[in-house]
Amino acid sequence: MSEIKLTLKKQSPVPIETPNIKPDVFAGKTIDEIKELEIMLGNNKVKLSDFFDVEGEPAETPEEIKIVIEGDSSNIKRIGQGMKAGEILVKGDVNMYVGLEMEGGKLTVEGNTSTWAGQDMKGGELEILGNTGDYLGSSYRGDWRGMSGGIITVHGNVGYEMAEYMGGGKILVKGNADQMPGIHMSSGLVIIEGNVPSRTGGEMTGGTIVVQGVVDSFLPGFEFLGVEKNIEIEGTEFLGAFYKFKGDYAMKGANGTVYVAVAGNKHIVP
Amino acid sequence: MERIIKNGIVYCPLNGIDGEKMDICIKDGKIVESVSDNAEVIDASGKIVMPGGVEVHSHIAGAKVNVGRMMRPEDSKKDAEATNEDINRRAGSGFSVPSTFMTGYRYAQMGYSTAMEAAMPPLLARHTHEELEATPILDHAAFPLFGNNWFVMDYLGKGDIDSCMAYASWLLKSTKGYAIKIVNPCGTEAWGWGGNVRGLHDTAPHFSVTPAEVIKGLAEVNEKLKLPHSIHLHCNDLGHPGNYETTLESFDLPKGIKVDPVTGSRDTVLHATHVQYHSYGGTSWRDFESAADIVADYVNKSNHMTIDVGQVTLDETTTMTADGPMEFDLHTLNGLKWANCDVEMETGSGVVPFIYSAKAPVPAVQWAIGMELFLLVKDADKVCLTTDTPNAGPFTRYPRVMAWLMSNQYRTDLLENELHKWAQKRSSIATIDREYSLYEIAQITRSTPAKVLGLSDTKGHLGVGADADISIYDMNPETMDLAADYKMVENKFQKASYLLKDGEFAVKDGEVINTDLKGKTFWADTQIESDLYKNVLADIEKQFVKYYSINFQNYAVEDSYISKSAPIKGVSL
Repeated sequence: MSEIKLTLKKQSPVPIETPNIKPDVFAGKTIDEIKELEIMLGNNKVKLSDFFDVEGEPAETPEEIKIVIEGDSSNIKRIGQGMKAGEILVKGDVNMYVGLEMEGGKLTVEGNTSTWAGQDMKGGELEILGNTGDYLGSSYRGDWRGMSGGIITVHGNVGYEMAEYMGGGKILVKGNADQMPGIHMSSGLVIIEGNVPSRTGGEMTGGTIVVQGVVDSFLPGFEFLGVEKNIEIEGTEFLGAFYKFKGDYAMKGANGTVYVAVAGNKHIVP
Repeated sequence: MERIIKNGIVYCPLNGIDGEKMDICIKDGKIVESVSDNAEVIDASGKIVMPGGVEVHSHIAGAKVNVGRMMRPEDSKKDAEATNEDINRRAGSGFSVPSTFMTGYRYAQMGYSTAMEAAMPPLLARHTHEELEATPILDHAAFPLFGNNWFVMDYLGKGDIDSCMAYASWLLKSTKGYAIKIVNPCGTEAWGWGGNVRGLHDTAPHFSVTPAEVIKGLAEVNEKLKLPHSIHLHCNDLGHPGNYETTLESFDLPKGIKVDPVTGSRDTVLHATHVQYHSYGGTSWRDFESAADIVADYVNKSNHMTIDVGQVTLDETTTMTADGPMEFDLHTLNGLKWANCDVEMETGSGVVPFIYSAKAPVPAVQWAIGMELFLLVKDADKVCLTTDTPNAGPFTRYPRVMAWLMSNQYRTDLLENELHKWAQKRSSIATIDREYSLYEIAQITRSTPAKVLGLSDTKGHLGVGADADISIYDMNPETMDLAADYKMVENKFQKASYLLKDGEFAVKDGEVINTDLKGKTFWADTQIESDLYKNVLADIEKQFVKYYSINFQNYAVEDSYISKSAPIKGVSL
C-alpha cells in the first residue's frame, strides 16, 4: 500500500472543506497533481497545497492508497466525502461531515469529530477513536432516507440523534449516547455499550437497538416483551439479560426492537 | 435598438405560420415590419424560431412555495448552482422548488418568457409579489384564490352576482391579481372544520352555497368583469379514483355564458387546470384506471373551454396546493412529512413531498393519463402544456414532455422498459401513435396559453406589434428526424440557443447572459363606479373589523411592490 501524507501547515480563519481528500481522487495522480486539487475556503476555491504539505508515493488505484493527515485538522470538513476505496487515517480531530456519503474503504479518526459524521453512509468502515458530535450516521437534514450500509465504530461518546432515519448498516458506540439514538430508524443495528439518558428509538419503525448501559427513562410507545438472556444479533453475541421492547407505536407499522440491559434498568419496566 | 433574426424556420400558430423560412424584425422591444440596415443580425439558419414560451399554470412564488423550499432542504441539496459574478448570476438551489432566481433563469434557458403563479392567497399577496419581483426575466402574474373566500361564498349563496362582481373587482385590484382562481370550491373551507366536500352539491359548512354555485357564479362574475383570462378551475375531488364524473359535471357548469373580454381574443369561459389529476376512473386505488378518453372526448366536443394537463414526469417532487384536504389525504397515503395551513377568511394550503416512481402502478397510470389527454384532444388550441409545477413534476421537465409528445418511439421505449405494466393495462396510451408536430408544440406552449390568458395581443406570437420575446432552438426539422432523435430534441428544448426578452438577449447558447432583465407584472384593472361598489366596500370594511386579524387599510398591496406594473383592462362601468 502506498502512503500519501498530508501535513497541515497553517490554520484557516474559516473551516476548509475537502471532499477531494480521498483515495478515489488521488488515484492515478502525481504528487504535484494532488497538490493542485481544489479545496473550498468559504466560497473561494483554493489549492490543496495552500494548506497542506503533500508527500509520499502515489498509486494508480484507490485500493492501493492510504492517506494520512497530520497536524491540527479540527477545522477541516468533509474529509473522505463519498470515498469508495482505500484508506484514510486522520491523526487528530476533525470538523463536521467526516465520511459523509462514504461507500467503501476505511476511514479512521484518532481524535474527536464534530457533528454529522458518516451522514448518509452507504458502505465501508468509519472508526472514531475519540468522541463524536450530534447526528452520527444520520440522514441529510430534512431527508427521510439516511444511512443505508457500512459500519461505524465510536470508541468515545456520541451526541444527540445518532442513526437518525437509519435504514441499514451497523453503528457501535463504546461510550455513552445522548438523547434519541435511532430516531426514525427503519432498519439496521445500533449498539450502545454505555448509557442513554432518554428517548431511545423514538418513532423507530424497524431495526434493532441494543443498550448495555443505563437508560434514565424509556418512551411509552413501546411494548414490553419480556426478558431474554445472551442474545445474538447479526452474528454478535451479547451476554447477560436484556429487557426486550417492540415499537415505537407512535408510528404506523411499528416493528423496531430495543434491548436494554436488565442491570441498572429495573425502573423502566412497566 | 434594432435587431433582425434571419432565415429561421418560424413556428407561430397565432399567425398560421408553420415552419416557414422568414426574418423577424425587432425595434425597441417590439416586433416590427422592417428594420434599417444598421440592425444587428442574428443568424438563425437551420434553427427553429418560436415566440417566447408562455406558462399558464405554475407554483413558483408565494407562501406555500416557500414552505416547500423550507421543509425540503434535501430537495435543495440535490440541485444547486454556484454564483457567477461575471454575469451577476445569483446562486440558487432546488430541484422541484427552485429559489426565485433559479426559477427565472431556468424558464429562460428553456425559451420561456412569461409565467403565471396560479394560486395566490389574497392575504399573502405581498409575499407572492415580492418573490415574483425576485424572479428575473419572466413577465408574470398571479391568480388570487376565490373558491373558498367567505365574501364570495356569502354573496353567491344569496345569489348576489353583482355584489360578488364588485368584490372580485376590488380583490383583483387590491392584490394586484390577474385572474379568478378556484381551488376545490367549498372543500378547503370545509377542511377548516376537518372535512371536505364530495362532488359539486355538498354545501360548505356554515354557508348555504355549493361548489356548483361557486363555479357557475364566479364564471358569470368573470365575464361581467370582462377579464382577460377565463375562470381558472382546479376541480373538486382532485386525485380521487372515479373523479372524472365530477370533472365533466364541473366542465358543464359555465357553458353558455357569453364571452366578451375587453383585452385579447379569448373565446372560452373555462380553463380547467391539471386535468390529469381529474381524469380518474375506478372506485379505489385497486381498480384505478384512466378516464382520460372520456374527458378528452368531452373537450373535443366542446368549444367553451381549454385545459392544461399537469403531466406526471416520473420524478421525486414536491406537491403543493390550496387544496388542503387533498394534501392531507396524500400525506396519509405516502406517510411523508407534510405542512398544512389555513388562511383566514380566504383559503388554505398544504405541502407534501411525492415520489412518482415509474415502477409503481399508480404513477405509471397517471403518466399515461396525462399523455392520453395531450394526444386524444385533437385540437392543440384547446390544451396547454403544464406539469402543474412542481406538483406532477418540475417545469424543467417540459422539454422531456415535448419530446414524449413528438416521439412515439420515446413513449414506447418508456412503456416497454421502465413503466409499470398498469400504464398499458389501465389506459389506452399504448395504442396511440400520434406525434406532435413543432407547430402543435408551439400551440401548447405559446399560442394557446397566450390566447386563453387574454395576452395574445402582445404574447405568444411573432406578428407586428407583439413583444419581442423570441426563442431560437438549434434543431432543423428539414434535415433531422426529430421523432427518432428524441433525446436531442429534449436537450435542445432544455437549452435554447437564444431567448430574446423585449428584444434584449436573455439567453445565449443555453446560458443566461443577462440576469438584470426584469419582467412586467400583469394585473386585472376593472373599474366600477356605482352605489353597488360603495355598498360592497362598506360591507368589506365591516367584515374586516369583525373577522380579519389585520386592518382594512393595511390589506391592499401598495404600488411600490410592483416595479413594472402592466394593468390589463377589464370592464369599466
